[in-house]
Amino acid sequence: MSLSYRIGEVVESSSIQFTVQCYDLYKSPNIGTLVKCGDDPQLFGLVYDVSNKSMDPARRAVPRGRNENNEEGVYLSNPQLSRLLITEIKCVSVGYKSIEGIEQSPISLPPKIHSFVLECLDEELKEFSSSLDFLPTLLESAILTSNDEVISSFLLKSSKTHNDASQFLIYAGKELAFNLNGQLIRLNNLLKRISK
Amino acid sequence: MNSDFKNNFLSKNEDVLGMVVSGSLTNGVEVKLNPDRSVSDIKIGRYVAIETQDLKFFGVVTDIELGATDQTLRVNPPEVSNPFIANVIKGTTAYGVIQVEPMLILSQEDFDSLSGPQPAKTIPPHFSQVSFASDLDVETVFGLESDTNFWLGNPLDMDSAKLCLNIEELIKRSNGVFGKSGTGKTFLTRLLLLGIIQRGAASQLVFDMQSEYGWKGFSEESKEVKGLKQIFPSKVAIFSLDEESSKRRGVNPDYVVRIGYEDIEPADISVLKQTLNLSDIAADAAYSLERYFGPSKWFKKFISLSGGEEFIDLARDLNVNQSALSSLKNRLSRFKRFNFMDELGGNDSVSQILSYLDRGMHVILEFGRYGSDLAAYMLVANLLTRRIYARYAISAEKALGDPTQQPTPLVITIEEAHKFLSSDIASQTIFGTIAREMRKHNVTLLVVDQRPSSIDEEIMSQLGTKITCLLDNEKDLDSVLTGISGNRKLRSVLSRLESKQQALIFGHSVPMPMVIKVRDYGTAISYADFQIEDVDVDFDFSEDNEDLFGKKDNS
Repeated sequence: MSLSYRIGEVVESSSIQFTVQCYDLYKSPNIGTLVKCGDDPQLFGLVYDVSNKSMDPARRAVPRGRNENNEEGVYLSNPQLSRLLITEIKCVSVGYKSIEGIEQSPISLPPKIHSFVLECLDEELKEFSSSLDFLPTLLESAILTSNDEVISSFLLKSSKTHNDASQFLIYAGKELAFNLNGQLIRLNNLLKRISK
Repeated sequence: MNSDFKNNFLSKNEDVLGMVVSGSLTNGVEVKLNPDRSVSDIKIGRYVAIETQDLKFFGVVTDIELGATDQTLRVNPPEVSNPFIANVIKGTTAYGVIQVEPMLILSQEDFDSLSGPQPAKTIPPHFSQVSFASDLDVETVFGLESDTNFWLGNPLDMDSAKLCLNIEELIKRSNGVFGKSGTGKTFLTRLLLLGIIQRGAASQLVFDMQSEYGWKGFSEESKEVKGLKQIFPSKVAIFSLDEESSKRRGVNPDYVVRIGYEDIEPADISVLKQTLNLSDIAADAAYSLERYFGPSKWFKKFISLSGGEEFIDLARDLNVNQSALSSLKNRLSRFKRFNFMDELGGNDSVSQILSYLDRGMHVILEFGRYGSDLAAYMLVANLLTRRIYARYAISAEKALGDPTQQPTPLVITIEEAHKFLSSDIASQTIFGTIAREMRKHNVTLLVVDQRPSSIDEEIMSQLGTKITCLLDNEKDLDSVLTGISGNRKLRSVLSRLESKQQALIFGHSVPMPMVIKVRDYGTAISYADFQIEDVDVDFDFSEDNEDLFGKKDNS
């Protein structure tokens, strides 16, 4: 059985979203990736934003490569950068695991700070995406910067875990159609993304 | 809930169409189709069932629509050239809607008491599941094929379900078979006649205008099909008005009808007013002539008048316009050309017909070449029926004193019925009387017609069961559907029937209107279903063939 890749730890959380600082600079999952954190209960989040920045908000990164031949040279000449710069991801809470199974709704309590955050395995992604009850919340969520990109990315990733990817996407597409009543252009664009 | 009720009536998933989303008792209910259902899977007139918690409704699809959750879909259709998008949009943003008219309702109590479904006086609630009716649903509503129930056809798109007609209920009232030319009225009528014979529910007298019910008929494709006599030789008697024609067609009639001049009464002339293009004055002159010359003599004496002085004197004596009298004589003189008319007297065909009917037999009167002469058809049909009805009226009165004397019910079939039953003359013809009086003297009509709008409105409303093939004339549609609930919706069903082998049946003998595919007739299997009597029906036609084509040259 494959082991989940541990991405980082929760550094900030609320009942609807949490921020994760990755252990390694630039080693983050893409947006639309399903991640999990905590044990009791285990929470699921969907990556909706990835950012690389200075660890200290007061100290912004400055250009250092004027005399370097390539970008890699900047990091080799300044080894402290990998400590001063961080990669951070933001996740929206989409569900949790209870004794009855996966519940696709945000939990009332946010994850603890320093909870380990792991990328979900294919089997977990398949199990989670077998129902798309969280889609309406996600479609209307105000915190996401690009809801449709997150959703289409999640659906495409999920489809690969299902035996019949196209059937899954049709099912997902119909769910979107039901939930995007009166938003035909948005629906059309979203469907185009997941039909690629 | 009783488990049997549920088990018997729970629809299978593959039959589920959608759910009720809105509706009213007057307009029927609107059903949103499930995403996996295409509107093209469903035809107007299809029989459907609607399930609620403890009731089951039965209804008919009366309209089919395309719906959309987003009204911008019309102006900005999605990119359906992308098969994925088309697949997703179908059934979600763009979906199908059907209108269903709930007709009957079956409750647990009705199921337990075997009383069957009752007329729907309410509608199913929101989100009730709608599905195609099953064979069992058809049986529940229309009954199984039995001694009284005759299998007439199959509900639309339900080839394994038999729609049965209660023949005993059918013959309690006058009925109508309608449809424009070439839509299968004759086949349908033949089936009904066979059903009545097979179930032994009544005797029948058929005025067979085109000689297609008795011995054999032809399909639209000119394929020969058996007539009633070939299927029930011992129960059917063929009477002929034109023996030569019968023989040419290889039919050996049981009796050749002769009508005497003395049999004609003024009422017979009144019926022919339109057909003979007679004025009211001319037609009414027949009554004056009867008074003048005396009953049973007037016709013979009138048409033998030479004209001239004698004629002028008669007009003066009768106080009738001479030209009207002259036109009456000219028209009535046509009757001399009818070979079945006998100046010396008829052969009491009425008694012969009655003797057959009394034995429970069915009489088909073939008109041969006179079938194309409407005046001959109407004259004979009216004349015979009037007399037969008079005898039945006497028998019915006797039965009031002694119920064991009840005459066998009689069904009289007439074609081109609007000629007998138009508003102008319906009150004067015996057929109008029979249709209005319903079953008063155990006599009812089976009217066959292609222009129901020409039939008197009152008569149409008295018809118990109407079976109608395709009609496309607005007036005809209105006329046939007058007086039935939900007629506006049934109108669209009726006008969209296929032109062959499809009919809408509604009225007294069926619990709800239903579109049927009329049972096959004309194949060996179809004949077998009628349990053809094991009687040798092979006639020796050699003599007739010789008459027709000359002797074979054996040299």
